[in-house]
Amino acid sequence: MSKKLYNEPSPLETRILSKRFGLENSELLATYVAHDGFKAFRKAREMKPEEIIEEVKTSALRGRGGAGFPTGLKWSFVPRSSPKPKYIVINADESEPGTCKDRLLMEYDPHQMIEGILIAGLALDAHKGYLYIRGEYRYLIDHMDRAIAEAYAQGYLGKNILGTGFDFDLYTHSGAGAYECGEETALLDSLEGKRGIPRMKPPFPAVAGAWASPTLLNNVETFSAIPAIIRDGGAAFAALGTPKNGGTRLLCVSGHVNKPGVYEVPLGYPMMKFIQDIAGGIPGGKKLKAVIPGGSSCPILKADECDIPMDYDSLAKIGSMLGSGGMVVMDETTDMVKVALRIMRFYAHESCGWCIPCREGTTWLKKILQRFDDGGGRAEDVGLLGELSKNMLGRTFCALGDAAAMPTISIVEKFAEDFEKRLAKDRQMVAV
Amino acid sequence: MTFSPQLEERFARMLTAYPEGRKRSAVVPMLIYAQDEVGAVTPELIDEVARRCEVTPLQVDEVVGYYSMLHRKPLGKYHVQVCTNISCLLVGGMELYEHASKKLGIGHKQVTADGQISLEEVECMGACSWAPAVEINYDFHHHVTPEKLDQLIDGLRKAQ
Amino acid sequence: MPDIVNLTINGQAIQAEKGTLLIEVARQNGIEIPAFCYYEGLTLQAACRMCLVEVEKTPKLQVGCTLPVADGMVVHTESEIVRKARKGTLEFLLTNHPLDCPVCDKGGECELQDMVFRYGAGESRFTERKQHVDEQQWSPVVYFDAPRCILCYRCVRVCNEGMGVGALGVSNRGVISEIVPNRHDYLECDECGACIDICPVGALTSGSYRYQTRPWEMEHVGTICTHCGDGCRTTLGVRDDKIMRGNNRDSSGINGEFLCVKGRYAFDFVEHPERLQSPMLRNAQGEFEPISWSKAFTTIAETFTAVKARGGKFGVIGSNHTTNEENYFLQKFARQGLGTKNIDHHRTGDLATFFDALSGKNAALATAGDLYTAKAVLVVGADLAQQHPFLSYQARANFRHHNAHIYAVTSGPVREDNQAVASVRVEAGGELVGVESLRDKLKAEGDLVIVFGDSIQGDGVRKLVAFGDSLGIPVKYVCLVDYSNSRGAFDMGLIPRDGGMSVEQMLAAKDLDVLWVVGANPLKNAALGSSHAFVVVQDLFMTETAKRADLVLPAASAYEKNGTVTNVCGEVQKLKQAVKVMGTKTDLEIMGSIAKEMKLNLGIWLPDKVFAEIRKTVHGYDVPLPVVDTGGAAPTMPLNGRVPALPGAIQSAGDTLFTSGSMSRYSKILNAVIESPGGLYRR
Repeated sequence: MSKKLYNEPSPLETRILSKRFGLENSELLATYVAHDGFKAFRKAREMKPEEIIEEVKTSALRGRGGAGFPTGLKWSFVPRSSPKPKYIVINADESEPGTCKDRLLMEYDPHQMIEGILIAGLALDAHKGYLYIRGEYRYLIDHMDRAIAEAYAQGYLGKNILGTGFDFDLYTHSGAGAYECGEETALLDSLEGKRGIPRMKPPFPAVAGAWASPTLLNNVETFSAIPAIIRDGGAAFAALGTPKNGGTRLLCVSGHVNKPGVYEVPLGYPMMKFIQDIAGGIPGGKKLKAVIPGGSSCPILKADECDIPMDYDSLAKIGSMLGSGGMVVMDETTDMVKVALRIMRFYAHESCGWCIPCREGTTWLKKILQRFDDGGGRAEDVGLLGELSKNMLGRTFCALGDAAAMPTISIVEKFAEDFEKRLAKDRQMVAV
Repeated sequence: MTFSPQLEERFARMLTAYPEGRKRSAVVPMLIYAQDEVGAVTPELIDEVARRCEVTPLQVDEVVGYYSMLHRKPLGKYHVQVCTNISCLLVGGMELYEHASKKLGIGHKQVTADGQISLEEVECMGACSWAPAVEINYDFHHHVTPEKLDQLIDGLRKAQ
Repeated sequence: MPDIVNLTINGQAIQAEKGTLLIEVARQNGIEIPAFCYYEGLTLQAACRMCLVEVEKTPKLQVGCTLPVADGMVVHTESEIVRKARKGTLEFLLTNHPLDCPVCDKGGECELQDMVFRYGAGESRFTERKQHVDEQQWSPVVYFDAPRCILCYRCVRVCNEGMGVGALGVSNRGVISEIVPNRHDYLECDECGACIDICPVGALTSGSYRYQTRPWEMEHVGTICTHCGDGCRTTLGVRDDKIMRGNNRDSSGINGEFLCVKGRYAFDFVEHPERLQSPMLRNAQGEFEPISWSKAFTTIAETFTAVKARGGKFGVIGSNHTTNEENYFLQKFARQGLGTKNIDHHRTGDLATFFDALSGKNAALATAGDLYTAKAVLVVGADLAQQHPFLSYQARANFRHHNAHIYAVTSGPVREDNQAVASVRVEAGGELVGVESLRDKLKAEGDLVIVFGDSIQGDGVRKLVAFGDSLGIPVKYVCLVDYSNSRGAFDMGLIPRDGGMSVEQMLAAKDLDVLWVVGANPLKNAALGSSHAFVVVQDLFMTETAKRADLVLPAASAYEKNGTVTNVCGEVQKLKQAVKVMGTKTDLEIMGSIAKEMKLNLGIWLPDKVFAEIRKTVHGYDVPLPVVDTGGAAPTMPLNGRVPALPGAIQSAGDTLFTSGSMSRYSKILNAVIESPGGLYRR
């Protein structure tokens, strides 16, 4: 069963994680094994756990879920010697608006991720993994169940994997519609059968995660990068990117581009080159207005801020984030009032409601933006939007409040003229 | 309450996946799979899941209210979910939703009179690079245009 | 030796134990860090974000309620940025709050009002529509108004953690999140009202109190609940001689904030229309007719004097609910005034054997506080959550806060099972075998409190105490007795010692000439053997016993008098009169008046004077007056030598959370909530 790719690959990509995408029956274990599959696991089997972690540290791999935390460091926090069972939880709750890459990694190359998980299991002395997949991806749950069954059948999961004496069980677990469950501790509560409310930290999941046991949580793409790192060496992976920003990552580009799609490029790839050459530029020869660089939680960039390399640190320097790799491109016709409203509608809908500033703040902001968009804007609204967002920023229980505040602050500050234009139009309507 | 043999088998497997004494972990997946079969999360279903997962019905009830894919009232046989989040919005997602609403004569989370089709404006479902996207039950449809959506809906009507 | 750290709060140098939460350290030093969700004793939430403070060298504001203090920490709780953050959070909070303070029960004692008054903005910038849902009634006593709710989750936690019931949860998410009851649209629970009491705003309101009064119109009278024997302080809110509500918001009693449905709501029997309000004498036609108090007293005095003069037989039955002073006065009246040993009360636990078995070891008597601090608690043959809800609460809190080991040996499931390291199910009567099976586990405990019910009697009590002695660890005991002054009735001597007749013997005796019943209902399920006995009954209501009386006297309830009572653990506490019901007199005044009429010299019948006499003459009751006078609970040391066995039966009435002897029959609230599952040995 070969599947047509959702978008044509670009010759400018550096395909490490996605190198098997498009192969005949790419999702089958046999295909994976025929194309370097499980070489890394066999190699890892011969390594000491600390060597595996060291290799991951060397790779300068940073978490691909959004926060960009150094993966090797995260692995080193899990107390290997703990008498409690250790768990690996794979975050496949891909929900950040603009992001659609984990889907492909699971759909086209599930065994690459499984191999990454097994290597983490070796490194941490963990023997059980839970793949938390968002409920909307039901077809992927079924798909992963098939891949897992295939791996069990051929001795790549279960007892005594490949005769190494290492046991590992992997299970899929369905979410049921909640963006908040992408936050790792909310995901753990959800995994435990509760409402997805984030947990207080400390303790961090590395110490007390799933069922109060030491737990490693990483994103699908993070685990998918592990086999290449172990197989070819952390240094080789690191060398693909820029210092402290190792390797390649899958960028999902959407919005106003000629060739929207998911493309794999090294960290530090120039943003404008990516938009122009890989994503095919903006349709109709229109001008670029704004870019959300890594999912809707990231502060928005004006066109003149986009001439930068895409790595975690460069984006941070200009006050935004590389996030989850969901790049949304907007042309000059885009109405930023509508963009701000839609983003805030999302966060108000997804706020778990646990803490006051996020619960009440997102809803208030949504109501102001809705009124503004409906033609009831007032001059003081623009300032109020910014101020209320700042009253959420840094004061909420988890990062969702920040995720709602940051894009809003950046939009009202950078695109105030869109709001002014609306006010002028409303005044005109009244005058007529 | 009993479910189809396939679902019973899935539930049996599910309950062994989690560590000893942690049956509560099965609450969310059990609810969503059971909802697919029962049509809605009914009070009886809540009690049943509570019994199977060894928690109180209240603990299940809390979960039901939290997750947006769990519904206390039945949806249509075909649940049409149109994404209007940012990536889809930029390429006509909102117009697509309004088109669907007009065509079906129903609004957000409403069900057609014959109970066959329901409509929901949903948040990002991970199809951003192939927007605008629609999910009907669990099937994704990419690059959906109003014409394509008409065909899809007409197809559902025929399939009835 | 705890690790001490030095820190600075608002420029003030402070020393504190390392790891203590900043919010607590601040409070201990007189600095308020405001909070809604933080609540001492309950799990941390960090949800309301009111306690955000500035800690130097940290990038953003820190959460005061979850931040452990560390050495060198420099904290600012009143800086501009902190004040602004609080103001912002309160502004958010008010966006969906209805601001219906003028009609809200909580107005005047609302934490949100106070917080906005102190830290909030003077104006609102919110001009959008508010979220609204209609008010819901969840039970006869619990109403929920979701828009007022600020989602601090105190109610959820107090129900789950404090009560061990878990009847409240949170449903939906985001701005439409709301507290929900366990039966979808109604509550099935203890109906204790703790959720209402702990609610900082007017979201949860009480069925009996709502829209009745403004808080500042009430006087607050702290007294002791008159139902079970646990001795909880209930603060009665009184307006115009009417009790409006009961709570313990000032946490002044041994019970802290705890109250069950009885302590919080079951004061309403006081104003039941069937309250007796005039003395009544049976006339020639055999019907009751109202008479004056003076006629009543002379009638009784004449009869008593005549019977005494001819050497007739008296029987005196006292109460589990009347005060120590009344009980003391009654037994003195009987023994000295009437010259009879026939005095008893409904005994619900084998205190006689218990006191005897302990052989003077007063230190082995556990206080209610001991249940919270002991390393281990063993419950034998009792359904604490039903019959002694405060003791149950104490053990549960001990488990939550100190990981105490709880053991239960009962003939059915009990709430303690949820916390227990071992629950042993036995046939009723086989409890001691179950206890023995725990020997090895119990031996390994640091110390132990054993709480036992009426299934352990006579020899069983001796065996249980011997078992405790043999463990080789410090063991204390609670012998459970049913009612608010069961223990005091025993201690004051309402017992048939020295050959007196027991209740059963009095009822059976065909030759009884006078039966004097003070606040008891012995004829509820029994007949009186003596057909000629002159029966005098003092009570609140026309009970089965009162119906058999020749003369009935309307008595005042515990909420209508002063005096002291002794709880199940032997702690003495003061009652304080809250209201006066027209036509009634306290039992002490009634007895004193009869004594006066009979020209007996039994001393002054003022509660304080009688208590002074008790302190001098009743062993172990020389308790420090300042403790009792200031509303404290003073443990008594009643053990003194051998206690001879007493005739008569010992049996708990088996009341549940929703019953309380004859009083509960006249409580509308208890009758309204009684459908809830309240059977013994049921969860």
